[in-house]
Amino acid sequence: MANMAQAIRMALHYAEEHLGVTDIFGEDVGAPLGGVFTCTQGLKTAWNSPLDERGIIGAAMGIAMAGGRPVAEIQFCDYVYNTIDLLKLAGNTCWSSNGDWNLPMVVRTPVGSGIRGSIYHSHSFDATMTHIPGWKVVMPSTPLDAYGLLITACQEKNPVMFLEPKALLRVKGEERIPGEPDDDRTLSKLIDAPLGDRSQWKPQWPAGLQAYAVPFGKGKVVREGTQLTVVSYGRTLPLCAKAAEALAADGISAEVIDLRSLWPYDWELIKASVQKTGRVLFVNEDTEVTNFGEHLVRRTVEELFYSLLAPPRLLAGKFVPGIGLSDALEMASVPQLSDITTAMRSLAAEQP
Amino acid sequence: MSRPRLIKESSEASAPLERELLVRIHDLMVKTRVLEERLIQMYKQGHGYFWIGGPGEEAFNVSLGLLMKKGQGPDYDYLHAHYRQSGTLLALGEEPIGSLRQMKNTATDPYSGGRNFAGHYSARKYNVAPVSSPIEVQYAMAPGTAMVQKRHGGDGITIVTGGDAGTAEGDFASCLVWSSRPANPLPVLIIVTNNKWGISTAAAGQHGEQRISDRGKAFGMRCKTINGNDPIEAYTELRDAMAYVRTERKPFLLEANVSRLYGHSSASGANYVGDEVDCLKEFEAKLEKDGVLTREQMDDLRTRYTEEMAAAARQVRDEPQPEPESIWKHIFAEDK
Repeated sequence: MANMAQAIRMALHYAEEHLGVTDIFGEDVGAPLGGVFTCTQGLKTAWNSPLDERGIIGAAMGIAMAGGRPVAEIQFCDYVYNTIDLLKLAGNTCWSSNGDWNLPMVVRTPVGSGIRGSIYHSHSFDATMTHIPGWKVVMPSTPLDAYGLLITACQEKNPVMFLEPKALLRVKGEERIPGEPDDDRTLSKLIDAPLGDRSQWKPQWPAGLQAYAVPFGKGKVVREGTQLTVVSYGRTLPLCAKAAEALAADGISAEVIDLRSLWPYDWELIKASVQKTGRVLFVNEDTEVTNFGEHLVRRTVEELFYSLLAPPRLLAGKFVPGIGLSDALEMASVPQLSDITTAMRSLAAEQP
Repeated sequence: MSRPRLIKESSEASAPLERELLVRIHDLMVKTRVLEERLIQMYKQGHGYFWIGGPGEEAFNVSLGLLMKKGQGPDYDYLHAHYRQSGTLLALGEEPIGSLRQMKNTATDPYSGGRNFAGHYSARKYNVAPVSSPIEVQYAMAPGTAMVQKRHGGDGITIVTGGDAGTAEGDFASCLVWSSRPANPLPVLIIVTNNKWGISTAAAGQHGEQRISDRGKAFGMRCKTINGNDPIEAYTELRDAMAYVRTERKPFLLEANVSRLYGHSSASGANYVGDEVDCLKEFEAKLEKDGVLTREQMDDLRTRYTEEMAAAARQVRDEPQPEPESIWKHIFAEDK
């Protein structure tokens, strides 16, 4: 099965062939590198930009204004911060102009820890991004969802922030992307750029790729359970699923929801699950103060208070200025499998 | 800084313009000035919360609007404007009452539905991108529209305008870099209207570059500083620069020295500044001297526009404010 980077590449290929994507660009996005995580190798509309994040976001806005359909990349979300007021501007363009203009643009950026990326290659962006109205914000945790969410993003009329959990970009999926070949080696031969000289290389795209779309605002129950609900997305989602599996052996039944889409988000799915289980843990790895999970906790308290058997909990990144390079520092800063398992076990045991 | 040239010096260097065009430019300059003065008056009478605009830039901004290839989509010119360009919008054909409605933040405000300040235009029908209060962001967006236009073919260009103070921001440098990439030079007319002020701070104390237009030289860009207070010079120089960008599909950096006749905004009082060149006064003196228009004709015109704007302001006063629940509208463009 394809990994997430390959899935993104195939979705972008489909989008430039069939969905009107005109420009896939950013730093090192075009040939020869095709992206530092290989997500844009071999794409016909991919090009390299100057090393200028504000220029990248600004150009995407201009391209979208003039009828193009850009997919811009910020190489690491740690470098998106100097574009914040352009993100704000992109998010308010439709509203400020009272509906006169809209910006069909996608920005992709790798987020989160997991590659020992130290202070400027480990940060998350979901907490900050969900503070900016006018954007749709999504974050897949599987290659198939990455493909499907990106297909939807490339059909959107509004700005979309597509957050790529970098720890999962090289992880192979468990579900087949419609049209991808049967085995990984064949896929790799077709679409992975060779090492060394690539000047003559051209990808051979799988013929049967489709407009397989995952709608925005729809989460997914990845594991059913009855005693507690865990809501997560991105890197921590598979850890939550793993923890739930381990806890099942101890007789603890946890329901795990992959939110996938942060704005809009699937409140109905969360609500139904929490009303069933009475306990909920929100897990993500962005810093915990004014974290998106805090919004979900607030809403849970306000709307589901009388369904709760225990206080809603949030497990998120520590509110420290950076993620240190050392193993010990990174693991102490953002939720790990053991932290999640402990938090779930403790929540399941909590009695009113 | 180059010394602002007198009308007389520059008009000798410029090709003469047709009488009809001079009269049209004058008409729009008067209309713009009267509009701005009405907006200021509305502010002072409590019919608006904030005024910002471009009295003192009429000669340049009107010329720009008259020269734009007007329409929607990449075949036509895009304008990434800043907040001193009512003259450009009027020259494009906008009715002044729209600006009054924006000043009064009525639901009928055609540019933002009561959401944004005066002078913050948006006119997709003319490729005018929404004006926003940040002074630099338009420079980052301009290469994007130009890129689409270059690929599209045709002779549509992108025009971006900002003030001199805003050139200190990184987005101005972004625009210079992105417009002149050897991989893909772009048809962008990069304009700086230099009024020598950033709110209360004089440019002379902050900017060491002799001319802002010199910054284009490092990028191999054609660049020029002109007297934006002279409508004839502004018109002919803009016409030439636009012709270059249109045909060569390459960038041009044009710096226009202009005046700021009522200060930065209502925050600094919005009172007439006596010690700067008034482009309208000088142009009228020239038109009178050259026998293009009589003093009486020009006075009549101003009186007529003053009466029209006063009537429009009275009309706007009774128009409804936006509904509170309308805050939820247009957060996203919806699928039709």
